[in-house]
Amino acid sequence: MKIKEKTSSKVIKMLIAIVVAVYVLFPFFLVVINSCKETADITANPTGLNGISFGQLISNLRDVITNTHFLFWSAFGYSTLITILSLVLLALFGSMAAWVICRNHTKWSTVIYFTFIASMIIPFQVVMLPLISTFRDVGKFIGIPMLQSVPGIVFAYLGFGGAMTVFILNGFIKGIPVDLEEAAAIDGCSPEQTFFRIIFPLLRPVITTVTILNGMWIWNDYLLPSMMLGQNGAVKTLPVAVQAFVGSYVKQWNLILAAALLAIVPMIILFLFAQKQIMEGMIEGAVKG
Amino acid sequence: MREFSPGRKAMSFAGIILGLVSLITGLAMAISGSGNTMRGTLLVAGVVLLIAGVYLFPTLKHHRTIINVLFLFPLLFAFAVTVIIPLVLGIGYSFTNWDGIRVKGFVGLENYIRMFRQPGFIWSILITFLFVIFNMVLVNVVAFLLALLCTSKIKGLGFFRASYFLPNLIGGIVLGYIWQFVFSNVVTKFTEALAGNRYSMLSETRTAFIAIVVVYVWQYAGYIMLIYITGLNTIPGDVLEASSIDGADKLQTLFQIKIPMIAPTVTICTFLTLTSAFKQFDVNLALTNGTGSVASFFGNYLTNGTEMLALNIYSTAVINNEYALGEAKAVLFFIILAAVSIIQVRISNKKEVEL
Repeated sequence: MKIKEKTSSKVIKMLIAIVVAVYVLFPFFLVVINSCKETADITANPTGLNGISFGQLISNLRDVITNTHFLFWSAFGYSTLITILSLVLLALFGSMAAWVICRNHTKWSTVIYFTFIASMIIPFQVVMLPLISTFRDVGKFIGIPMLQSVPGIVFAYLGFGGAMTVFILNGFIKGIPVDLEEAAAIDGCSPEQTFFRIIFPLLRPVITTVTILNGMWIWNDYLLPSMMLGQNGAVKTLPVAVQAFVGSYVKQWNLILAAALLAIVPMIILFLFAQKQIMEGMIEGAVKG
Repeated sequence: MREFSPGRKAMSFAGIILGLVSLITGLAMAISGSGNTMRGTLLVAGVVLLIAGVYLFPTLKHHRTIINVLFLFPLLFAFAVTVIIPLVLGIGYSFTNWDGIRVKGFVGLENYIRMFRQPGFIWSILITFLFVIFNMVLVNVVAFLLALLCTSKIKGLGFFRASYFLPNLIGGIVLGYIWQFVFSNVVTKFTEALAGNRYSMLSETRTAFIAIVVVYVWQYAGYIMLIYITGLNTIPGDVLEASSIDGADKLQTLFQIKIPMIAPTVTICTFLTLTSAFKQFDVNLALTNGTGSVASFFGNYLTNGTEMLALNIYSTAVINNEYALGEAKAVLFFIILAAVSIIQVRISNKKEVEL
């Protein structure tokens, strides 16, 4: 069936692949080795291995973790909490909304769908300034702080992630035969039962995709949390904490890189464990969505 | 026909009534401006009770409609409060002298005129366009080549795909600082060895701009590559087989079979790279923070050589406290982005049809 490729072209391809991989991974390598050094050793030779010691890594990490601008465990905890809450709510409310929009062919559902799609082009910059003042006022009005609070930022992510979530889910739901739902209705299922017992379980692959896409964006987002939570607030996400930390420690590269290491390690660990799901989720989502 | 139990009816009405009472009390407290912190709890409880009551409402005929509304409500509510209302307010504020807290007066088009009198802002627009063009071309070409590489039969494909994709997992702020380190400590070593002087790419506008492009391609190409791989995998094997039987060589297969067949993927990828490059903020902030001198731009000396639009808007509003001016710039940014995206989609659609 398949034509066997020539070995020479295979070797060349392999070489290119390796060179690109080295280039792509090199900065990560630099982060790791330089987190194990003192500043003097970094300035002397940033690419070399001299000056590396495990003790220095521990000492750098300790300095960073206990730093009042960074507070790694607090930032990590808030990042995790905010991301998980947003993802769960987006998956649930997003699929509910997408199902309603997809299965109703009325003027309203079309208008809502196209508003969602059109809104995806709106840059965050155009809404961020009024968003802050609106959230400040709403928070004062209802007595629940919306700025510098977890519920406020999760609510914002629900609003900002909604459009893409609905768009992707909608594409998937379209492919599920309506007969399935009609059969369920004839068997006596109410609409909400049909959704939660029949449709929702079928959405698992696409919800994985949506969760991965939203998760990467929310976990790494800087501008929204920096505006809503502030650089000096009690609630900080990891990117905001890194920015606050670097702002306070100009050019202490061993500490900055140790902070970077702490910020990227959770994501890389997750990727190592869920690499297959992340890649497959992306591929499946694009094919089916 | 199903009968509704009296219990359900009672619960439904109780939910609706209690919910309304709780909501109205909460609202009354809020409007009267009492400092009672109970109002938040009351409002939330009110909404939850009301939803439960409406959900249990004993009707068969309208049950589907009720479910539709309830299912749409949470997402639409969040969407309206975080996107639609601020958008409308923002466009309105751009015609006033809003200071981030209150509006003191209507100023008409003053903000829009003022921003075009700032050479730094014009420069930002130009540099953003340049950045977008560079990125769109480079990211797509690199990603497509990587996708070809990653769909050929070499060993360790899984590892290569994963490592090319890896930078995309990390946020722009952290990446920006990592690369700031690379450019100011590692690349300088190379220039020292090659040219004899420690030259940091970040110190001059032109090379700093290249640095941002390099970082962005490095970060984004892996993601776009994944989409291209998806596209390439959708090409049926028998089509490729048929073309090879017909005697098409590799380049012919690439340009006459593969690329036309993944035209929709190309559209998606150019769209993604276009919009993301336009909105690019994090790397710009962390890598150069917009610094870089421009000796003469229409006779003006500029210090924001690498400041792209998104960062310019941010610093106008948040750093210089000119909220109305920043908002006006943001509205213009929105218009440019929308126009460019629509043009791109139009052109791509036309191309797709031709192919």
